[in-house]
Amino acid sequence: MLRNLVIVLGLALIAPSPAAAAPTRMNVQVQSGQVRVTPTFLGKILVTVPYGVSVEVLKQQGDWMQVKTLQGQTGWMHKSALTTKKISMSAGTTTAKTGASSDELALAGKGFNAQVESEYKAKNKNLNFAAVDRMEKIKIAPPEMQTFLAAGGVKPSEGGVQ
Amino acid sequence: MNVRTAYLLPALVLILAGCSELTKVVTSAGVATGKISEDQAKSVNRSAEAIEKTFQDITPEQEYYIGRSVAATIFASYKPYEQAAINQYVNLLGQTLALASEKPETFGGYHFYVMDTEEINAFAAPGGLILVSRGLIRCCRNEDALAAVLAHEIGHVEKLHGLKAIKKGRLTSALTTLAVEAGKNLGGEQLAEVTKAFEGTISDITGTLVNSGYARELEFEADAAAVRILRKVGYSPQGLVDMLDQMQKKLKPGSHGFGATHPTPKDRIEAVRKVMGTPGTLTDPPARKQRFTAAVARV
Repeated sequence: MLRNLVIVLGLALIAPSPAAAAPTRMNVQVQSGQVRVTPTFLGKILVTVPYGVSVEVLKQQGDWMQVKTLQGQTGWMHKSALTTKKISMSAGTTTAKTGASSDELALAGKGFNAQVESEYKAKNKNLNFAAVDRMEKIKIAPPEMQTFLAAGGVKPSEGGVQ
Repeated sequence: MNVRTAYLLPALVLILAGCSELTKVVTSAGVATGKISEDQAKSVNRSAEAIEKTFQDITPEQEYYIGRSVAATIFASYKPYEQAAINQYVNLLGQTLALASEKPETFGGYHFYVMDTEEINAFAAPGGLILVSRGLIRCCRNEDALAAVLAHEIGHVEKLHGLKAIKKGRLTSALTTLAVEAGKNLGGEQLAEVTKAFEGTISDITGTLVNSGYARELEFEADAAAVRILRKVGYSPQGLVDMLDQMQKKLKPGSHGFGATHPTPKDRIEAVRKVMGTPGTLTDPPARKQRFTAAVARV
């Protein structure tokens, strides 16, 4: 009996405290937050959530968060696409619904945006934004990456594209 | 807001940046004497707190716009190399490696492009826009070595090294303007002020990338990140050592690019060996070798 009690207490000590659990609401911090069917970059994209919009976090599995969107769809997002900080939206953009957070992401979130870029561009006509735009158009889909790795005999250890 | 208050608010923040407690005392006095409203006082207090946090306060969206302008500035000095095959190849390799970084998703994603120069150089603009020179690609004898080059640059993005190059105080005036004008479209004067801060920010970063280089520790940190990323994806970190060996042979004394901005390849190899542990062997299966040779043939 005593032994069982020691085991139970020991388990209680090592069990994660509720404070260590994943936050319940997080905000999308990428331009287009991809919600996937499975917790992997190869998972099919179920829906995308725009920058600054909050999602409900149901649970965490490694680097992935199972989330529920404001429209009620459930899927997985990589943790790097999410933040607990509140996203300050740029002036002129639609105000996003964000979760309550004590730590605001920069007052400066309202500047250094497309409006400032075009002002900067107009003043510095020698800069090559056309090349940047071309560069940004090159997007490789995760299944292509998987084929690329397999064809080259590159065997991922863990994480990455798999 | 009257003209006097308009001057008072930025002045308060500028003077008291880095001392938010004192700011609170002074803004309270401002409210008591009717110089500023409660809301304006709160706004100034928030600004002072934000300034103390410096680069951490840059949002992913801002990081993206900063990165675009940094890349556009670099492309003004280094022409893009317009050859679809090599640019597609560095993106296949680079975007695959980026997924294994600590920050696989950024606001606008990772994108790679080759610069048409013999100079041994590469730049990582904040947010994930990575430029690599033909000269640096020529230091790579296999795909693992090129993967090491790209993974090192991804390391700079992951660790926000570019944003850390922004001089302290650079964002102060912008933050003040934005705090006072929160939620509004920027008017002429404010837009000019924020654009000025933006210009300074771009110049701080490009100046560091092109001329002075990062601190040696940040380069070693990016090399350590590269070793981690390479291992995770399945490339050999020996590729990094191999590439640095070649670079050592090709770098001419007093050369621009990595010769001026990075620790010597010899020092980097020494540091890399410490984090690498067992080097392992670099295997180069025929299919991998063939596609690498074909992609870099005209570089």
